[in-house]
Amino acid sequence: MTTRTPANPLAVRRVTKRFGARTALHAVSFELGPGELVGVIGPNGAGKTTLLSILAGVLAPDEGEFDLSGRDAGWVPQQPALYSKLSVTENLRFFARLEKLSDPEAAVQRMLAQADLADRADEEVGRLSGGNQQRVNIAIGLLSEPSLLLLDEPSASLDPRQRERLWEFISGLGTTVVFSTHDVGEVERYATRVLLLADGELLFTGTPGELEQAVGGDPRDLEAALVSFLHQRGH
Amino acid sequence: MGWLLVKDLQILRRSPLLVGLLVVYPIAIALMIGFALSSPPSKPTVAFYNQVPQGKGTISLGSQKIDIAAYAKDLLSSVQPIKVNSRAEAIAAVRDGRALAAVVIPADLPQQVQSLITQGLGSPTVQLYLNSKDPIERQFADQAISSRISQVQQDVSRQVLRVAVNDLQQVLNGGSVQILGQTVRLLGLRNARTIVQGTLDSLPHDSPLRPALAQVISFSDLAIQGLGFAKPVLGTIGTPLTVNETQLAGRTTPTDAYAAAIAVIVSLMFVAMLLAAGMLALERSEHAYPRLIRGLITTGRLLSEKVVLAGGCATLVTLLMAAFVSLFVHLEWARFALWLVSLAVASLAFGALGVAIGAVAREVSAASLMAFLVSLPIAFVALVPASAVSGTLKTVLDVIAFLFPFKAALQAVSNAFSATSPGAGFPLVHLALLAAAFGGLALVAMRRFVAR
Repeated sequence: MTTRTPANPLAVRRVTKRFGARTALHAVSFELGPGELVGVIGPNGAGKTTLLSILAGVLAPDEGEFDLSGRDAGWVPQQPALYSKLSVTENLRFFARLEKLSDPEAAVQRMLAQADLADRADEEVGRLSGGNQQRVNIAIGLLSEPSLLLLDEPSASLDPRQRERLWEFISGLGTTVVFSTHDVGEVERYATRVLLLADGELLFTGTPGELEQAVGGDPRDLEAALVSFLHQRGH
Repeated sequence: MGWLLVKDLQILRRSPLLVGLLVVYPIAIALMIGFALSSPPSKPTVAFYNQVPQGKGTISLGSQKIDIAAYAKDLLSSVQPIKVNSRAEAIAAVRDGRALAAVVIPADLPQQVQSLITQGLGSPTVQLYLNSKDPIERQFADQAISSRISQVQQDVSRQVLRVAVNDLQQVLNGGSVQILGQTVRLLGLRNARTIVQGTLDSLPHDSPLRPALAQVISFSDLAIQGLGFAKPVLGTIGTPLTVNETQLAGRTTPTDAYAAAIAVIVSLMFVAMLLAAGMLALERSEHAYPRLIRGLITTGRLLSEKVVLAGGCATLVTLLMAAFVSLFVHLEWARFALWLVSLAVASLAFGALGVAIGAVAREVSAASLMAFLVSLPIAFVALVPASAVSGTLKTVLDVIAFLFPFKAALQAVSNAFSATSPGAGFPLVHLALLAAAFGGLALVAMRRFVAR
């Protein structure tokens, strides 16, 4: 295990994951500082979900190390992992109990307030909008007050208004957040740092501005910079 | 596991259609079985046309008369007759579906019977018309009438033999017969011999009649001896075969209790398998499984919870069902503890099979369909009678039945319902082993197919 400093909630060293003959992640290393909002971007099949799943403890790496146990990170899978027949409160309460929190009810009330879902507390999750379902999904990831929150494409199925509200919520958490996304605009607006993956390799880590500078010239926006960067690196 | 159970019960509570089906289905099965077992089979409707004129149905055999018409009426006791007035009307009744069959007694039936008995000539024939549209109904009517005809044939044969034996006894021992309203005394062979013997004894030793009378006495002795055997011999012919039934396969379950056990196990199988497969697949279709296994709960505990949930529900539902069935069928309440144990262990075994199926399927609907498709052949294979298939196929079916819980569950539960059934010990151990095996398979499948 790599030793992380108290200031750094996560340190990853040469993490590799293979599925049969295919290498999904190859020797990925990086560190995160506290309170960072890190966007993991890259083409389809780049290894974004695999990286987050390994950090969440859902998958085990074949090689490499990182210093988080699954319980230290809150994990929010891409599709809401919720029981649609249960209410918002019942979902939160169920996971709070499985987390063995000392005061599950207090945690539930805290998350209802934080996710601004107190007025929908007794509604069945299946009847909520996609945006509110994602809020519940994230609230469950935050139940144990983790030092790191892992979000796998949190806004993938949301409309622009829901997406806006969701990012307001995430930005206000104050927790270190790693999120994967296909939406480069979100990274440009909300991320403090970018991890660029392609074909399982970590090609770039830095701020969105640094990525734009890295491609040289005068890119019009981050998306154009990303495409140029991948092109320059042969991807 | 407790919170998982609570969560699943909350989900079930909010799924009234599913729960309703799980409850209504076994009750419907129980009702059907109960009514089927408590109601005697109905008699087939048969059109009946008797061409024998009123008062002409009697035949004479020696000094006695046999009422053939009375036997024809006996034929109707196993059917629900519709009296018709012609052969055409009888056939029409069958054709238009009012009757499953038609029986026509020809006018000369008594004469044909008499001719056969007295001269060995003739072929008394009753005409039977069957509706051939529905093979099952045809077989039902055919069996009902044919078995009754066999009974009538036996009765007539016995009656004829009784007359013959009676006449022979009169020839042997003497007696009286009614001829044209007059009582006529019969001397009988034994009396005749006594008279001849007395005559012989009274003759002088050198009488020329002596040898002839001695021959008559000698013949009489032989005839008396021979006819003396007639009664038991003819009696034997009247009932040539006697079936002495002995059960060699140990104790057997009463048919009603066995049928009830089948109904209960079929319901138990559906409830346990569908619930276990569906509730496990629900964890995946709701995308909750990866969240659960990242340190919150192990896959093994998750599978155990599903088996316990499905097993508990199936046990509860089938206990209620058994109690309901016991209103119609005698089930031994004194063995209630064994009911409970057998149903619980069988439910767990089927629940484990259900989670093995649910582990492979990704969605609830796929899991339910797979569980349903698997359950039917399991029941079918276990219920095929051993005598109905050839040796190799029987072995194959036995092996398949051994690998799934239906047969063992049926043995255990039929034993629980009736003390006369074979023991429940081995089936219960078998079910426990199957539960462990299917649970292990489910664990492998979850790790193999779900992890990525």
